[in-house]
Amino acid sequence: MKHCLVVDDSRVIRKVARKILEELSFDISEAEDGRIALDACRQKMPDAILLDWNMPNMSGIEFLRALRKEAGGEHPIVVFCTTENDMDRISEALSAGANEYIMKPFDRDIIEAKFTEAGLV
Amino acid sequence: MSAIPSDDFAFLSNLLKRRSGLVLTPDKLYLVESRLMPIARKEGLADIAALISKLRQPGSETLQRAVTDAMTTNESLFFRDKTPFEHFEKVIVPSLLPSRPQKRLRVWCAAASTGQEPYSLVLTMAEKAAQFPGLSLDILGTDICAEVIARAQAGIYSQFEVQRGLPIQMLVKYFTKEGDNWRLKENIRQQVKYKLFNLLESLSALGQFDVVFCRNVLIYFDRDTKADIITRIAKILPEDGYLILGAAETVVGLTVPFQPHPTAKGLYVKAAAAALTPPAKVAAG
Ligand SMILES: C[S@@+](CC[C@H](N)C(=O)[O-])C[C@H]1O[C@@H](n2cnc3c(N)ncnc32)[C@H](O)[C@@H]1O
Repeated sequence: MKHCLVVDDSRVIRKVARKILEELSFDISEAEDGRIALDACRQKMPDAILLDWNMPNMSGIEFLRALRKEAGGEHPIVVFCTTENDMDRISEALSAGANEYIMKPFDRDIIEAKFTEAGLV
Repeated sequence: MSAIPSDDFAFLSNLLKRRSGLVLTPDKLYLVESRLMPIARKEGLADIAALISKLRQPGSETLQRAVTDAMTTNESLFFRDKTPFEHFEKVIVPSLLPSRPQKRLRVWCAAASTGQEPYSLVLTMAEKAAQFPGLSLDILGTDICAEVIARAQAGIYSQFEVQRGLPIQMLVKYFTKEGDNWRLKENIRQQVKYKLFNLLESLSALGQFDVVFCRNVLIYFDRDTKADIITRIAKILPEDGYLILGAAETVVGLTVPFQPHPTAKGLYVKAAAAALTPPAKVAAG
């Protein structure tokens, strides 16, 4: 089973994402900001990360830049999932090493389509 | 369920069958309500029965067209089913190019809806431009429904639409943001011509094509209509041409001059000319 880390400061979003991803046969763990997510990755690199942008302590983009410098940090497939929907932001995420990008609001179809796009499903 | 008198239902299903080929089965009754009530309201009519009685009157051509359009299912997405676009680039184009000295291929998307299918072809080949230098695609997208053709021409998609099937790198590369929507860049849009066209009409005005995408439209028609359309498509395709059907569609079981491609699923090639002509009588002496 593939392991996906869901990083979002909203408990509700984490819950919704968990449900959808569990249906897609992922093993889920959660983190409520970038710093907690980075600690989790240092313990065990997930296969995939669903990543919010705006979070306290450490934002999604800061987390991603830090992750890609970690040992093994190039492996996880990172899918941003954020209300940020400007072209500049999307480009910024891609150049920081994001593999796919979801603009909120999302639903099951979008998550499935994007995870398929990223080669995870 | 709603009470549409059975002769009204029969009238409506005849009208739709005749105008667009759509087979309206009783289990689609719920669609009649939800799709036609907005039209009834716009006409100041109380219900579907009143709408149908107006449709029965002479001079209701415009209303008939609106009703036919409203009953079409226009769902589409970028790179729908993926493989047809991979086949296009890996099987179809490489097989046709050697015999096309002008490096020009004519492609017809016969039920183009809001344009995702023809544009996915343009994007596929834009990504592979270096591999096929000089290739020029002449793509025609047609649909019976004027509203979707206008949308296809505009090339504007909602945030929801660009997130189903379209890789994010392509969104960044080929779209610009307009308000809450995303618009394909001009250089992509201009590679597809659009035209209002009903598949029940003669295809001869469209000219010849090398490749025909006719996906997710035949499913709404009965066997005879399907076979008739596919047979007429054969006449505008050369011997080495390709027909691409939707994932839930096939020529198998229909008497048509196509057979499945030996390896590429969803692709159909012309049945060997020999199989079509009745066995020739051996002339004695
Ligand atoms: C489900 S869409 C398919 C879009 C696209 N080919 C795809 O596979 O995503 C079906 C389209 O067929 C069109 N259509 C239905 N009857 C037609 C007819 N008689 N002639 C031309 N188009 C028709 C509808 O308007 C609708 O846009």
